[in-house]
Amino acid sequence: MKIQKPSRLAVNSVTRRSALKGLGAAAGASAVLSAAPGFVRYSQAQSSEPIKIGFQVHRTGIGASYGRWYERVTNAAAKLINDEGGINGRMVEIVPEDDGTDPKRGAEVVEKFATRHNCDVAFGTLFSHVVIGSAPAAGEQKLPYFVVSEGYHVASGGLNRYVFQPGITDVRQQISSMAPWVSQNLGKKVTMVYPDFAFGHDHRDFFSKAIAAQGGEVLELIPIPPTESSFTRYFPRIPSATEVLYHVMVGPGVLTFVKEMGEHFGSNRPEIFGFIDSLEAVDINSPGLEFLEGSHFWEAYPRYKQANSSAHDALYRKAVGIDDSGASTADPKDVSTASHMFGCWETLFTIKDAMEASGYQSTADRGKLIEAMEAITTIAESREHPQGEKLFNGKIHQSFGKQHISKVAGGRLDVVHTTSLEDGFYEPEADYTTQAL
Amino acid sequence: MSNSVSPRALVLHLGVLVILFALQFVLPPYHNGIAARIMVLAIYAIGYNIAFGYTGLLSLGHAMFFSAGMYGAGMSARLLEFAAPSAFFVGVICAILASCLFGLLALRTAGVAFMIVTLMFSQAAYLVILYFNNVTRGDEGFVIERTLRQIGGLDLADPVVRYNAAFVLLAVCLIGSLYLVSSSTGRVMIAIRENEERTRMLGNNIFAYKLLALTASGTVAGIGGAAYALLFGYTGAAFAEIQYSILPLLWTLVGGAGTTLGPILGTAAMFYLVDIASEFTSAYLFFVGLALVLMILLLPKGVLGTVREKFVRWLP
Repeated sequence: MKIQKPSRLAVNSVTRRSALKGLGAAAGASAVLSAAPGFVRYSQAQSSEPIKIGFQVHRTGIGASYGRWYERVTNAAAKLINDEGGINGRMVEIVPEDDGTDPKRGAEVVEKFATRHNCDVAFGTLFSHVVIGSAPAAGEQKLPYFVVSEGYHVASGGLNRYVFQPGITDVRQQISSMAPWVSQNLGKKVTMVYPDFAFGHDHRDFFSKAIAAQGGEVLELIPIPPTESSFTRYFPRIPSATEVLYHVMVGPGVLTFVKEMGEHFGSNRPEIFGFIDSLEAVDINSPGLEFLEGSHFWEAYPRYKQANSSAHDALYRKAVGIDDSGASTADPKDVSTASHMFGCWETLFTIKDAMEASGYQSTADRGKLIEAMEAITTIAESREHPQGEKLFNGKIHQSFGKQHISKVAGGRLDVVHTTSLEDGFYEPEADYTTQAL
Repeated sequence: MSNSVSPRALVLHLGVLVILFALQFVLPPYHNGIAARIMVLAIYAIGYNIAFGYTGLLSLGHAMFFSAGMYGAGMSARLLEFAAPSAFFVGVICAILASCLFGLLALRTAGVAFMIVTLMFSQAAYLVILYFNNVTRGDEGFVIERTLRQIGGLDLADPVVRYNAAFVLLAVCLIGSLYLVSSSTGRVMIAIRENEERTRMLGNNIFAYKLLALTASGTVAGIGGAAYALLFGYTGAAFAEIQYSILPLLWTLVGGAGTTLGPILGTAAMFYLVDIASEFTSAYLFFVGLALVLMILLLPKGVLGTVREKFVRWLP
């Protein structure tokens, strides 16, 4: 049997008549296809076009104070990336869309990034319910979705292969890594005051286990309903044997909470340990917060410049516009969300690294980008990662990092302990890499 | 229940449905996906309109019916691994039960008291979702696995399937509401809205009719909630918050309360108003407020309500 070479076959079969027929058929097929429901008219991004990063930002709603700082940090990181040549020779364009800190709008925004703005990736979400509400849309649109949320939702395996959290640690490791120091330095008998919704429940569940593993115990759990505006009636429930009061209140009620806590305890108080989430974007020297003097806080990123802060920290502070006390250089009353917003900076540089490692050129390369992300194992402390070194677990799409414990002293927060990476380790419960792209 | 849907009203509604069906062939991808979301939310507004627009029951608690459908479907899928059709059925049953039981209690009040009671019950439902966070996942909510979002081998996450599933549900609810409000029952509902005492004097059992209207309204709202959970894969307490009781009121007011097509128009208009305005300013709610003020000043009966008043008297 004689076999013709394909190229020869192709050349020989093309005549002007057949070419016209073919073009006509192709045009017809194209017309039919474009009329088919849901036909996606994507066009490949050209190499000269910017890399579009959809920025799902909480400009309004309960997350607005965080969103404001997330946007400043994101723009600062994008500027630095562009000043140094962009990603794979292409400029980065941040495409912001306000999600109203609402999961419904969040999902719509993610769809908008994928199908209207033709973004390469989406990025920047903080509030957990918005992340979880938006994740299905990201998976369906096959849009890599990088969140800066610190929720355990990504690492739990409850989302999908397109969702990553490389720039900030999750609440489970944060809480778990606090327990050894708390039990050894503050006390083993703990009473927990926390908001009665998912964020508070994560604290309740993970810290209860972690402190028990240290030989301590939780004497009382005091959940506060989210609608509560006065906390006086809850304080009598704190057992007198309490050695450590663990609090993690968020929202506008935190100032009232601290003030009423001071009125309840007076000078005879237990040790107090809280999460800085309570006071993100709030001046530690605000009237009513005097009672926190001498208490301790978890911080992911020290709000106040420390004596041993690195040169990377100095560059980062200058770039995002915060001074040595973590407030805006333009307005000292505008206090940053230091322990969260660094995640935007680090995430953008991680996206850059993964795009460069995968040779990312267009949305057709999203699969390669996902695999490049999953191949990351270590992230060194650097200008791009000023918070510190991290380990990245590609199976659960989550990074692991160091945490800080700071003491309120003289109207500032000073780091008294930094955890090791290992303090936050836990057994992974998922493997996203088994899911199809 | 005798029906008297006029032929031209039926033709109009079928024409609107044909247009909605055809839109999927011409809309760009983004608007195609958004249209599916608008249709699901419009189902919610259609349900709200049955109580508010046609019966005069101003509820500030319909989010509990929407979320009853949403959580009925979502939790049966998540916890019991029900397939989409079964989960949807559970969601609808939950909405029927919630609206009927709620009606038995709340309809003992009227006017402003009814409004406040609906608000309080809805807030209580929201807090129940938070309280039983171990099973509901509280405010964070949960994702419904894509493998469970299938009907007869069709993937509800597929844009084409999702559009048409939303379209079919919207069509059923729209035509159902048309037949309901055109029936003798519907006329009594309208009579209650216009003059409750006179309607009572004519020998009608007002409580029974209101209960029927509220149950029908809550059920349709629940259909919207169940559809949202299964088509978009997320269930969360945010949908039980007060703002999701206010939204269908706004959509209905803008489109035209007491018009069958008004909720669809209002939902689409408000959606695009937010979508477009938010691209230019974070103060997009200002434009929403401005639009409502202008609407009240210029079109107090909503777009289609005004059209009916001035041009098309037969509009149902």
